[in-house]
Amino acid sequence: MNKDLLGIGDLTRDEIYAILDTAEAMREIGQRAIKKVPTLRGKTIVNLFYEPSTRTRTSFEIAEKRLSADTLNIAAAQSSVLKGETLADTALTIEAMQPDMIVLRHASSGAGHLLSRICRSRIINAGDGTHEHPTQALLDAFTIREHKKRIEGLKVTIVGDLLHSRVLRSNAILLTALGAHVWICGPSTLVPAGIDRLGVRVSTIVDEAVADADVIMMLRIQQERMHGAFLPSLREYFVTFGMTAARVARAKPDVIIMHPGPMNRGVEIASEVADGPYSVILEQVANGVAVRMAVLYMLGGGQDGD
Amino acid sequence: MDADRVGRALTRIAHEILERNRGVEELALIGIRTRGVPLAKRLAEAIREISQHDIPTGALDITLYRDDLMRAAVAAQPVVRKTEIPFSIDDRRILLVDDVLYTGRTIRAALDALIEFGRPKTIHLVVLVDRGHRELPIKADYVGKNVPTSQSQSVQVRLTEIDGRDEVEIQDA
Repeated sequence: MNKDLLGIGDLTRDEIYAILDTAEAMREIGQRAIKKVPTLRGKTIVNLFYEPSTRTRTSFEIAEKRLSADTLNIAAAQSSVLKGETLADTALTIEAMQPDMIVLRHASSGAGHLLSRICRSRIINAGDGTHEHPTQALLDAFTIREHKKRIEGLKVTIVGDLLHSRVLRSNAILLTALGAHVWICGPSTLVPAGIDRLGVRVSTIVDEAVADADVIMMLRIQQERMHGAFLPSLREYFVTFGMTAARVARAKPDVIIMHPGPMNRGVEIASEVADGPYSVILEQVANGVAVRMAVLYMLGGGQDGD
Repeated sequence: MDADRVGRALTRIAHEILERNRGVEELALIGIRTRGVPLAKRLAEAIREISQHDIPTGALDITLYRDDLMRAAVAAQPVVRKTEIPFSIDDRRILLVDDVLYTGRTIRAALDALIEFGRPKTIHLVVLVDRGHRELPIKADYVGKNVPTSQSQSVQVRLTEIDGRDEVEIQDA
């Protein structure tokens, strides 16, 4: 593996499968009475989060603790970022205290790449702007594989705010690399230009996109990133693109419904679907810990991050 | 050692286990991945044939407990596989099974891993081959065969379940 995990493109097919297989073993640790192994004992991991996050930060922290790493969390809202320090200066300040890994969440695409260039520590991208969120895609692939026993040949339909979604980008790259047929669907104002270069089919008609799908993945409408008039109204969005039971019925009978969270009920997904029998949304959260343990383990080798 | 001698060694160990453990109710066999696992299953089978008792078996992966894990410069990490112990080890007499006993470091890791699952009454060590050169104060309780080796040699155990045939081979470096 590379020194850092900045995007799915950093991984070969074999490395992706190795992470998924390792995550299988890691999941068993979470079912023990003593949920801890000594593997990363003595390693220091800094979780540097410039954006609000509940599940990703918690998931990384639990994964780190189950591997016995020493962890500390820096939330930008309580740090010297408020006093005007740049990302690079904050990173170098943290580096001076000799951590082994930095898990970074930042609103700017490419923030991880900046740290990768200036830091000795290993950098794990936990979401950078609208670019990538590799561990989310890995845990999604893990969840899909668990239910479908394969990824190759599946029809995976991703519906929602495509323009602002790093989850979409990481998943599109990963799932097409493993041979899935990825369809993406959303209002044309939220389809990023050139997205078809990732090898995905683009549609603006939900009924067409979800027909015979093996997997439906919903994306959140990211209002905090919308600085323009992308949608007439949330109500209209739900009517046109929201995932309802009637739309789910067009997919395969054993379809699974995924959502990276946090959900906007009644905007991109109806409550009856989110809580329904096809939903694997909470399994995704559970699998996130095992997958992040696998990533930390596989990046954790070596005494220096060079 | 050919297939015949491997088979006979395991049958003898099964008899020794029954001889030294009056009452097999508390016994459990736990194989260390990879080749300890089929060996543990075969011992359970042999004990069933002799005594008509079923002994629970489990599989232990010690990768995350190795003492050489994070030491190398950036290198591929060894593959982690699942630990499967589908019973409580509390108050049981555990027979830990591995193919080759060499430095003792694998067994050290296995003991650490095992202890996290509970508090067994005893842990005894079963190995098919003891090749010497211990680096830690660890010894086997049941040994299929003592094989004098030099440290430059390597000992290959092959088992039908994994390698298609039973055999123990010593290779010179």
